[in-house]
Amino acid sequence: MQDFFSQFFSPELALTLSYLFKIILIVVPVMISVAYLTYFERRVIGFMQSRIGPNRVGYFGLLQPIADALKLMFKEIVLPSKSNNFLFFLAPLLSIAPALAAWAVIPFNYEMVLADINAGLLYVLAMTSIAVYGVIIAGWASNSKYAFLGSLRSAAQIVSYEIAMGFTLVGVLMCANSLNLGDIVIAQEGGISQWYCWPLFPLFVIYFISAVAETNRAPFDVAEGESEIVAGFHVEYSGMAFALFFLAEYANMILVSILAVIMFLGGWLSPVSFIPDGIFWLIIKVAFVLFCFLWLRATFPRYRYDQIMRLGWKVFIPLTLVWIIFVGAMMQTSYAGYFH
Amino acid sequence: MLDSYFPVLLFILVGLGVGIGPLVLGKILAPHKPNDQKNSPYECGFEAFEDARMKFDVRYYLVAILFILFDLEITFLFPWAVVLDSLGLQGFIVMMIFLGILVVGFIYEWKKGALDWE
Repeated sequence: MQDFFSQFFSPELALTLSYLFKIILIVVPVMISVAYLTYFERRVIGFMQSRIGPNRVGYFGLLQPIADALKLMFKEIVLPSKSNNFLFFLAPLLSIAPALAAWAVIPFNYEMVLADINAGLLYVLAMTSIAVYGVIIAGWASNSKYAFLGSLRSAAQIVSYEIAMGFTLVGVLMCANSLNLGDIVIAQEGGISQWYCWPLFPLFVIYFISAVAETNRAPFDVAEGESEIVAGFHVEYSGMAFALFFLAEYANMILVSILAVIMFLGGWLSPVSFIPDGIFWLIIKVAFVLFCFLWLRATFPRYRYDQIMRLGWKVFIPLTLVWIIFVGAMMQTSYAGYFH
Repeated sequence: MLDSYFPVLLFILVGLGVGIGPLVLGKILAPHKPNDQKNSPYECGFEAFEDARMKFDVRYYLVAILFILFDLEITFLFPWAVVLDSLGLQGFIVMMIFLGILVVGFIYEWKKGALDWE
């Protein structure tokens, strides 16, 4: 790609353009996945509840997400009279930009990664942390009680589960000895028995539950809690400003799913030796993890807020600490091989 | 070394662009007919009673402060976990002492009720 652009432009510009081309190759499929995840969610939950779900727009309702996007585009963006204008529009940007930017370091296959940096996991952790600013600023800038309460709840919940999530990542690092996401996948080569979900099984479960809480999905969706505080932090947002929060939430869902697959389920690696590795394995695994997200939403009633905080602080943090110490201790013995 | 971070920077800019683009499109394409009722903060159809920037529970501060402590600890554990193999037993014991001190603090705040939300 760089060679192609260098026929027309200077080397630096050609390099930039080739990167931009690759970024578009990542962003467009991500956005399409986000759109169809919303459709998939409504269909799956519909079927789980013996309903049909959207089936009117296009065949099987397949054009529904596009219709939704067009509708939101032609809706007025209401600017509440008491809000801080600058912060009001900064908040959705701070939600969507990190949700997409974290994809820069995600490896899709051998040698198929945009930025092969050594601090990959640290970068992802930093980017997902920024998302909480979007929530806080949205709640503050709206100057509405519901938005304010929703953002407080949401922010406290996100930071609490980020700690549990961070500890599970430490466990993965102890096994993989690298922060580079591609190296973490390669360290799990050798079939399904080598995946980190086995030696780190408690951490895998905690990671998945924390990921659900981190993205404010049911059953941890008190931040939105339609029946209590209408929609939480984005109650004052409408039109495309609302759509950005919506996109960011679903992009984050896909991001945490792909991270779960990379760190615990062997990324693009095949579970059995007679089927080759490939990006299709990554897609299948991510689709399965996302299906579990929807399954949880269709199955469980909402947690109470104090229960959420108790689970995060009093159950997950001690549990992850104990398992990290256990793995660290095992590394010092002759059983270390089971954990690499 | 820093060259490999250039696409990351580009990606952040593209992410911001993906945010700004729809907002601008929405401004251009969507109608804009403000009125007092529509622009007032939503409070179930009532007029807003008072300013929304009210006092809130001190526990949110506590969670934020505890989060900083633990998040720093995680970033401290990251490099240790990556090189644990070459550090050997000594590196493991040193980190356990550090974690032990931290756990004492954790137990203290637990007993003090900083983690209670009931």
